[in-house]
Amino acid sequence: MEFGWFLLATVLKVSFILGVTVLLYAPVFVLFERRQSAMVQDRIGPMMGGVKMPRLVIDHLQTLQMGAFGMAALCGLLFLFATAQVWQGNGTEVLFTEPVLGVRHTWNGMMFVFGALAAVHVPLGVVLPYLFHHDRLTIFGGLHALFDAIKAFTKEDVVPPEADKFLFSLAPIIAMVPALMLGAVIPFGPTLYVDYLFEQLPAEGTIGGAAIPLQVASLNIGILYMFAVGGAGIIGAALAGYSSNNKFALIGGLRAASQMVSYEVCLGLTIVPLFMLYDSLLLDEMVQWQVDHVWGVVVQPIAFVLFLTASIAEYKRVPFDAPEGESEIVAGFFLEYSSGKWLMYMLAEFFEVATSSMLIAVLFFGGWDVPFLGRGGWEAFGYAFDLSGTHWAILSEVANSHVFIVAVQIGAFVLKALLLGMLSIQIRWTLPRFRYDQIMQLCWRMILPLALVNILVTGIFILLTGI
Amino acid sequence: MFEVYFPVFLMLAIAVAVPCLLFTLASTLGTKNPTPEKMLPYESGSASTGAQHLRLSVKFYLTAILFVVFDIEAVFLYPWAAQFRELGWAGLVEMVLFLLVLGVTLVYAWKKGALEWER
Repeated sequence: MEFGWFLLATVLKVSFILGVTVLLYAPVFVLFERRQSAMVQDRIGPMMGGVKMPRLVIDHLQTLQMGAFGMAALCGLLFLFATAQVWQGNGTEVLFTEPVLGVRHTWNGMMFVFGALAAVHVPLGVVLPYLFHHDRLTIFGGLHALFDAIKAFTKEDVVPPEADKFLFSLAPIIAMVPALMLGAVIPFGPTLYVDYLFEQLPAEGTIGGAAIPLQVASLNIGILYMFAVGGAGIIGAALAGYSSNNKFALIGGLRAASQMVSYEVCLGLTIVPLFMLYDSLLLDEMVQWQVDHVWGVVVQPIAFVLFLTASIAEYKRVPFDAPEGESEIVAGFFLEYSSGKWLMYMLAEFFEVATSSMLIAVLFFGGWDVPFLGRGGWEAFGYAFDLSGTHWAILSEVANSHVFIVAVQIGAFVLKALLLGMLSIQIRWTLPRFRYDQIMQLCWRMILPLALVNILVTGIFILLTGI
Repeated sequence: MFEVYFPVFLMLAIAVAVPCLLFTLASTLGTKNPTPEKMLPYESGSASTGAQHLRLSVKFYLTAILFVVFDIEAVFLYPWAAQFRELGWAGLVEMVLFLLVLGVTLVYAWKKGALEWER
């Protein structure tokens, strides 16, 4: 591959994984978390911040909504009318033989345009009332969270005079760097064959031409990279507690360090059975094994539960948030941080939720794998999705084209990680905080022995059945 | 080599640049109005004596030691797990012996009370 293309592909891949983490997961998780907390605590939630809208718009909100539904109904009718004209034979000969977007044929074009308009207006009508709260545009409360972030950055930044200035400044940066770097080895899609973008690929065999694996870097140490980089996050919390010159912060930092190293061991040991099954340490090969066989969660449900628990404890969220436990030590290790530096810890936490959800999706839920969708197209129970020879040939042609399949698989990966992150937030607002001794006992007395037993059972099972 | 590690270093550069930018914004955007009371350590209103002479539980130290033992165990397990099918029963028996030693370590630590946080 030429160097320029390599550079372009790398930049695109890095911006995808960072963009998804920073611009999609973090805001969605923040919003979901705030709505959840509002529901649990019976508050209005993040609805106060917003852009004031003109009286005219607010007064006619219901009219607007009805208008959207009306448009949808009208366009639907026109779509049906155009379809009927096409099927009656007026356009049969030219149906889809001309480019659809070229809109050469009247009925053809009408079908396309009105169908698209109807498809846009129904969701618009449903969503419209939720975009507003009284006279403000809030976008489901999203603007409130955004304004909160801006507010935090414009607040006074207090650095305690007794603190170790250098370490105190370094700690929030160290806490955030690993959270952003973890995505480097996560495969978010299959290999992209650039020369055959719009063609249907053969289901078997090797394919020539330029190939781009949709993974920022396939390091040969594989998942060890995740543990190496993720382990550096401990330093951020421990340094913050150490350098603040505050008793509560020091206790919080120690609790964080102790808890995170303990659960680091659990994280490492719970997924050893997966390596035995997948026969590899590389994340892309793990996904490939799950594509060829079954998803990891089916063969290793115990490892999944243990790993999910340990990863929630690793990023210190409720019910494992004793290091920050506000009822005991105010805010724990980031107690002395204010303004944007405090926000950096919060952001790092949400980035960690995002990356660990992506990791769980890759390890246990097949990564980018979509059931019944192979490299060669959609296929279920021996029946392929193939409409060639009929009027709807274009549909199967588009659905089975390489670039469409890859897009669907990337979307599936993003969705899986999103749902897993929401699960962890659901857990956060369902369970109360554990005591610190309970947290440590859960690690050393429950998860660790269970993980060791799981390794043995999996080993014997693999050797007996020979899978 | 370059093709594998260049993206990682690009990612590192961005991952360092973003927090540095946020840090600069945080320390420059806000107002500056320090008062003596504001600069005191925040310990729920009681006068602070500083954090230098705080006595801490020995459990934190024990946990760190246990972490070293079991994390190295995990490191030994990884290459074995990745080659598990080639090594077969012999590999499993050897690893069981290794895990047995560590199991005894865990039981010893447990019986000695190193895992008791409530006392």
